[in-house]
This record gives sequence, structure tokens and C-alpha cells, in this order.
Amino acid sequence: MTSIQKLVFQVRRDIVRMVHANNSGHPGGSLGCTEFFVVLFFDIMKRKKEFNMNGYDEDLFFLSNGHISPVFYSVLARAGYFPIKELSTFRKINSRLQGHPTTHEGLPGVRIASGSLGQGLSVAIGAALSKKLNDDKNIVYSLHGDGELQEGQNWEAIMYAAANKVDNLICTIDNNNKQIDGDLKDVLDLGNIESKFQSFGWFTINLDDGNNLDEVRKAIQTAKENCFNGKPVVIIMKTIMGNGVNYMMGSHKWHGVAPNDEELEIALNQNPETLNDY
Amino acid sequence: MFGFKNLGNNDTRSGFGVGLVEVASKNKNIVALCADLTGSLKMNDFKNKFPDRFFQIGIAEANMIGIAAGMTIGEKIPYTGTFANFSTGRVYDQIRQSVAYSDKNVKICASHAGITLGEDGATHQILEDIGLMKMLPGMVVINPCDFNQTKAATIEISKYHGPVYLRFGRPKVPNFIPKNQKFEIGKGIKLVEGNEVTIVCTGHLVWHALESADFLKKKGILAEVINIHTIKPLDEEIILKSLLKTGCIVCAEEHNTIGGLGESIASLIVRNKLAPMEFVGVNDQFGESGKPSDLMKKYGLSTESIIEKCYKVLKRK
Repeated sequence: MTSIQKLVFQVRRDIVRMVHANNSGHPGGSLGCTEFFVVLFFDIMKRKKEFNMNGYDEDLFFLSNGHISPVFYSVLARAGYFPIKELSTFRKINSRLQGHPTTHEGLPGVRIASGSLGQGLSVAIGAALSKKLNDDKNIVYSLHGDGELQEGQNWEAIMYAAANKVDNLICTIDNNNKQIDGDLKDVLDLGNIESKFQSFGWFTINLDDGNNLDEVRKAIQTAKENCFNGKPVVIIMKTIMGNGVNYMMGSHKWHGVAPNDEELEIALNQNPETLNDY
Repeated sequence: MFGFKNLGNNDTRSGFGVGLVEVASKNKNIVALCADLTGSLKMNDFKNKFPDRFFQIGIAEANMIGIAAGMTIGEKIPYTGTFANFSTGRVYDQIRQSVAYSDKNVKICASHAGITLGEDGATHQILEDIGLMKMLPGMVVINPCDFNQTKAATIEISKYHGPVYLRFGRPKVPNFIPKNQKFEIGKGIKLVEGNEVTIVCTGHLVWHALESADFLKKKGILAEVINIHTIKPLDEEIILKSLLKTGCIVCAEEHNTIGGLGESIASLIVRNKLAPMEFVGVNDQFGESGKPSDLMKKYGLSTESIIEKCYKVLKRK
């Protein structure tokens, strides 16, 4: 098992354990994006050891769909931004690990609060513009839910980024086709996401299996190769909500529901402890 | 009038425009963002002098606030510019989450505040913005009274690290604050010394408060006039100190009395020493189209209203 594979198993364990411990949180989208987070943070991003809000001379990441905080926190902790044992404070009083990520409690690794949807792309664009002004050639990454694209601010941002050639930006859409009330197409059909981005002037990449580590790596590499080319880059990443825990997979019911004791056991049995549990 | 002279009518938004250029020539991290109102916000000089630091966002205020928040990462100091209505109510959640809760060093600069925007009517006026902004934890709220004070505030806020709401207006009004007066965030300014009634005023109403005090003086009543340019954090000391002397207070502002400066002062008084208080402001109404001066009169934002409220509060002592 490679170290990346080990991380994927361990992050999944962290996610279900954190959510179970509080009987609250969002496991579905977190599990669906685990491979993406692990590859991005451990294989792709240029990161400095010490967290600095201004992020000079390193890549930046913004999570727009803040409800998938469990995967974000687990990966940040495993990447060394804060002690792994702090994951046990998730959603508890006096914790830096709020239900949705925030800078307000000073958690290293987080650069913006998110949770109220649709705001992250604008923020990522701002950070990318700041990098250009500072002559910093590193890349800004962002992650968004597909349902989140129903928020209008995204389309202001998508229009702006293309018109202003914000080409040091790689935005990924977690395309699991699910949202709280059901399937995307039943709640509010987004139509063809790729053609929408294309018509706005973005360089688009389809990632057909966002739960396959090699595919994820390849897609982000391709995205990187297409940066600094006059166009912002988007990866439309198909994932399976709840991936890695069989009874959660593909169901919107696990968007924001915690497993009970028995369900936790099943989930943990499917994901062996590869690194140490927190 | 108490040593204050109208140095010539000018608009507070021009004070912002001039201040922005001045501060940006000293600090390279200052950037400006505008949502298709460059001329109205008097940001043209900035745009021409610093084209690389000017960001035309288009008619997309939510995106503007988000971009500004993001630009602070990398130490930029973004000044966003649009009308007060579109700077606050339209983008409340973006300011709340991406700026205030995220502790971002964004300066939200809002012109055409209050009713004096005039003919465009209630869709473009806003009388609720102070309330909206002061409720956000950590947000500094500033409402300067003339060209000179707006210019000074525009420069000063760059030195403060944190979110600021800077509110100014469209009409040309008396410019009377001395050019080199120091602007200190959170520090009120005693403009006139008196001992019978305290008039606390902000924004366009400050000149009217001076006129009121002048009128009252001729009638033998000595009013103390305090200019509160920073609504939050409120200079409690200067208000309470004055109140100890006068025992009654009138607050004058171009804003809804609900949520405005007056409400902050009422809360201060209740928590300290009770005293009769009267409000000059818009009484829970939307504005309408009309000439700024006519609107000010109709909605009770005038020298006459301040005088009337002073008499009323004096009787309640």
C-alpha cells in the first residue's frame, strides 16, 4: 500500500469517527472528496511547513463548500498544520474545528470562512489576483460542490475570472450530482456544467473518476500544465458521495447525517487503520 | 460660527477620491475595486494613476466583496466602492462570512448613503446601512461629515488592520473641518462647548447641528456639539462626560432612527446614567425621489428639527 493509499483509508476513518462522535457533520461529500484532498495536499501542492495567512511563494487552497469540513480538517491535521489529536474537538464547544471552517478561531491551514455557499470562488480569484500583483507564480486551488453552483455569485465570479484572464487558478467542482433535497437534476438541473464553463471562457477538464487516485493526479497535473495560458482552469470531477463506505455510497441521505455505533463499526471495518487514529 | 467657516461646498465622496489617491501613493498594497460606478465614487483619479491596482468588477457586488476578501491574502488592502445600498444590504452575507467573520482587512467604501442621493429614490437610497454594519462583530463603522473629514478618514483606515465600513454621500455640503485635523478612529470631536444640552451628530447633519447651536446660543441656550464620526467603536467617554454636564441629549443622523447612532447612544445611556434623549433621524420609513434639500426637510433632517428636538429634550430635564 502506498503512503497515499494509507492516507486515504486513514482520512476516511477520521471523517466517520469525527462525525459519529458528535452525531453531526457531513460525511457524504467528505468521503467523496477524500482522494482529491489527499492527492492535492500530499502530491501536488507546493506548501510551506509553517502556516502563514499570506501564503507567499506557495500554492493556496480554498474550500468553498465548507460543510465538508471533516475531510478538510483531517487532511490539514495529517499534513501537519495542527495536532492530529485536535480532530477529537470537532464541533465541540471551545474548539478551533468549527462545524464549518473559519479563520476566526485561528486554525492553521484555513484562510477563509466558508459554509454559506457560493462565496469561495470570488475569494480564490482575489487571492489569485493578489499573487499576480506580488509576482508570485504559484497556483490557487479551490473546491466547490456542484449544487453550490446554483448560487448566483459563482457565475459573477466565473464571468470575471475568464474576462480578466485569471489563469493562476484551478477550480474543481465536486460533481456527485447530489444535494440535500435529492438529485441535482430534480432539485435544480444545472444542465451541462462543462459547456457552461466553456461558454464563459474557461479551460475545462473532465475527471470521470474522482475517486481514482491516478485519475485525480492526472487531471490536476493537466490542469497545472494549462495554467498561465490566459484562461482559468476548471476540473469537473465526478465523484461518488460517501465513497469508501458501502452503505453511504451514492445516496444523498448521507449528506449531513452521522452513522450510529453499528454503522460506524461497519465503516471502520471497510477502512483499516493505516496510520494511527486520532 | 464657533470658529468654523464653510471653506466651500464640496461632496464627501470627493474627499474619499482624493484621500484614496493620497494614501495609495504612499502605500503600494492599497488596491481599489469598483462595481461599475467609478465616476460616482470619484475613483477615476485612482484608476488613472494606478491602473494596475484598480479592479473593475462590473455590476457584481457579491463577487467584488469576495474578491476583496481574497486579495487581503497576500497583504493587499482593498478599498471597495459602490453605493451604500449595494455595499451593505445587497452583499450582507458576503461581508458577514468572507470579510467580518474571516477577519479580513477590507475597507468597504460606500457613497450615496442616506436620503441625500436624492432623485433616484428609495431603491438607491439607504437609511439602514449603519445598523446593518454595526451589528457585525468587529466591524468599524465610520460616517464622516464633510470633504476634509472623509479624506482624513480614507487615509487613516489604511493604518487600521481589520474590516471597516466607510460611509459618505453625494451632495455638495459645507466643508468646514480644518484641513489638518487629526482623524482618530473611535474618537469623537467636541466642536462646541456648552452645558445645557448635548447634540451628538454624524455625517451631513453635523453642519446642521452647528447651525442649531448657533441659533440656540442667540436664544441664550448653550448647546454642546459633539461630532461622532466613528459610530463603532463608539466614543462612550466623550458622550457620558458631556451628558454629566448637560443632563439631556439629542442625536442627529441621516439614517433610520432604528439601528442608527442614536440607538447606540440610547443603549449607552441606559447602561450608565439615564437622561432624556431625542432623535433626529428618519422614522422607520423608506425615502423617495426629490431634491436632497427638500428631502432633508420633509424627513425631518434639518437645522429646524434639531432645534425643535433640543427644546423638547430641555423641557424633559
